[in-house]
Amino acid sequence: MPGHDPGPARVLARGLAVRHASRLAWALTAVDLVVEPGERVLVTGASGAGKSTLFAALAGLLDPEAAEVTGELLVDGRPPHEARDRLGLLMQDPDAQLVMTRAGDDVAFGLENAGLPPAEIWPRVDAALADVGWRHGRDRPTQALSGGEKQRLVLAGALARRPGLLLLDEPTAQLDPPGAELVRDAVARAVVARGTTLLVVDHDAAPWLPLVDRVVEVRDGGLVEHPAGWRPAPRAAGLLLPPAPPPALDPAPRSSIRFPDQWASTSTNGGEGEGSWIRFPDPRPVVLASEGAGFSYRGTTTPALAPTDVALAAGRVTAVTGPNGTGKSTLALLLAGLRAPTTGSVLAADELAVRGERRPHRWRAGDLVTRIGTVFQQPEHQFLTGRLRDELELGPLRSGSGSATARARAEELLERLGLAPFADVNPYTLSGGQQRRLSVATALATAPRVLVLDEPTFGQDAATWRELVTLLAEQRAAGCAVCTVTHDRDLVDVLADASVDLGAAP
Amino acid sequence: MTASLALGPTPDVPLSRINPCAQILAAVVVSLVLLATLDVVTPAVVVAAELCLLPAAGLTHPRTLLLRTWPLLLGAGTLAVVNLVLGDAGVLGALGIALRVVGLALPGVLLVASTDPVRLADALTVHWRFPPRVAVGSLAALRLVPLLVTEFETVRLARRTRGVEAGRNPVARARLVAGVAFTLLVGAVRRAGRLATAMDARGFDSGIRRTNARGSVLHARDHVFVAAAVVVAAAAVTTSVLAGTWAPLFVGG
Repeated sequence: MPGHDPGPARVLARGLAVRHASRLAWALTAVDLVVEPGERVLVTGASGAGKSTLFAALAGLLDPEAAEVTGELLVDGRPPHEARDRLGLLMQDPDAQLVMTRAGDDVAFGLENAGLPPAEIWPRVDAALADVGWRHGRDRPTQALSGGEKQRLVLAGALARRPGLLLLDEPTAQLDPPGAELVRDAVARAVVARGTTLLVVDHDAAPWLPLVDRVVEVRDGGLVEHPAGWRPAPRAAGLLLPPAPPPALDPAPRSSIRFPDQWASTSTNGGEGEGSWIRFPDPRPVVLASEGAGFSYRGTTTPALAPTDVALAAGRVTAVTGPNGTGKSTLALLLAGLRAPTTGSVLAADELAVRGERRPHRWRAGDLVTRIGTVFQQPEHQFLTGRLRDELELGPLRSGSGSATARARAEELLERLGLAPFADVNPYTLSGGQQRRLSVATALATAPRVLVLDEPTFGQDAATWRELVTLLAEQRAAGCAVCTVTHDRDLVDVLADASVDLGAAP
Repeated sequence: MTASLALGPTPDVPLSRINPCAQILAAVVVSLVLLATLDVVTPAVVVAAELCLLPAAGLTHPRTLLLRTWPLLLGAGTLAVVNLVLGDAGVLGALGIALRVVGLALPGVLLVASTDPVRLADALTVHWRFPPRVAVGSLAALRLVPLLVTEFETVRLARRTRGVEAGRNPVARARLVAGVAFTLLVGAVRRAGRLATAMDARGFDSGIRRTNARGSVLHARDHVFVAAAVVVAAAAVTTSVLAGTWAPLFVGG
């Protein structure tokens, strides 16, 4: 690698098939693909179609003992694992790709490994940083960077080694829209500057289209080449959702249901600014509301969440939007009864109160799960058991349901979400989309009246997206109050009945 | 709370100009003397010399100093009290034990306060031929520690959403912490696997002899620093012998 530059690489796959050990089904079959030097190709496909397997094969990451590979796959005429010095990789998790504490040192890492003399290293580091549009200098600590900036740095670290083939595996899947934009901008600059052969693997095709020469889709039984000018169908196209229950069809208002104006007068610190926090436009019973609720971490001066009013009504979806750093996730934690607000209050309706206590953060966990279901951004943080079935039974059992009831509920959810074939599988072994569905299912297992979700559609493919949206619409139709924190414009457009923008000036 | 765990680049302080290898060597020199004697004068002289270096390591503010050393001070204090109450060391003996612990640990505090982990790894690989697998691998692992701290809180909250909570029961609380720790461990192992893949992809440990872009140079001041440590050690022993308190550990006396 030092000294000479063999230029962009050529990729050739003929009849490639891969089967993982211990699995009966082939993860990838009959893949034929030729990528000429300097070509830029987007590889798309639904979650579980084999995109990741194809990426691992191209990157030479398949362990011959853990995977059966047939057919032919060559990078510049060599098997991928022998051509690894020709590869530059960019993967999903920025924190699992940076090594050093300073930006320049991290870019230099790959050049040190190649045994380059220090005098040659720094000019190449500076050139790679320039090619990705890095503006912060070499000494910038890597720790405090945003996800998008981290990915940009990882890309520079790959480019510094002058790879013939750049492989990007869903490089924006863990980033918010501005971060994803930053990464695509860096990739665009880099491929223009270097002319490197580029393969991007991503289920979300649209944003990459201006950057690539052609698009192939991984499907069962091989690759499909999309014609020039192809555009993906909008994921909400043709989606038929159960509508929100109209107020007219409500059960007759029971005495326990309070409307916002009555509520304000009964709230514990009522009186001040009476009624001013009522934002909800239509007369649906409010089941959970925050009144001037804000949060500051101990020892900090700027609040993580400025005082915010939100009212969650039964049978309505409320979207919480706004740029990063405005406290969207913190608001979700307050509404979910996981943190106590440091100013203002979060109060549930009387009908949800536990022995007169209306503040969710004071409830015992067993009482909380039957009232408010919460879905975190990373499904793995919430998994507690080694089997899907146990995972779904846990909530009902914890909240005092009998084991027969819990089992029936788990079966029903497994069936409903198409997870029945995996009932005895470990949740960690599921695909990203399956994990997301499972984490929503665990929250629904206790039939809570309120559902709080943090970025539920993050990094999900179109199929999973439609399933999630349908599932949430069903919950709404059944009278659940749904609150979702999201960056996802499409989700807000098709589902939200009300929305709270934390970025907007009060 | 996470401030002491923030493993970013260390701010430049005067002591940063001393090569980490020289600092480690100096620490070994004074440690040998501290381990060789049981009296109170020797560790007192060593600790006094070490305290003189605190400003050079940027540890001038009592609060930052306390933040970095409280576990050490607590440990030393406990040891002294235990020896005073249960042993036959007497007040001076107990004080000597506490001073020895402080004297042994302070060089570590100084090193951490003044040395960027990357510079330490550079020095170890360049001068002492540490395998890069170990030195650079540790650096990569260190980056993940602050992430674990933030994830701990997330996982704890996530358990509450599943109906799992300890309440006031200390046994349940211990089990919960163990469960959270296990979840974190699983996550950390998976992330470490991905990190190893990423490092492999950039040619780490591929059989080519690794170079060092930053380098690590031993200056005259580094030799002076180690020599000064020898002088301090000698002065401590001399003072102790002259004061008649010298009580060597390994000589039957």
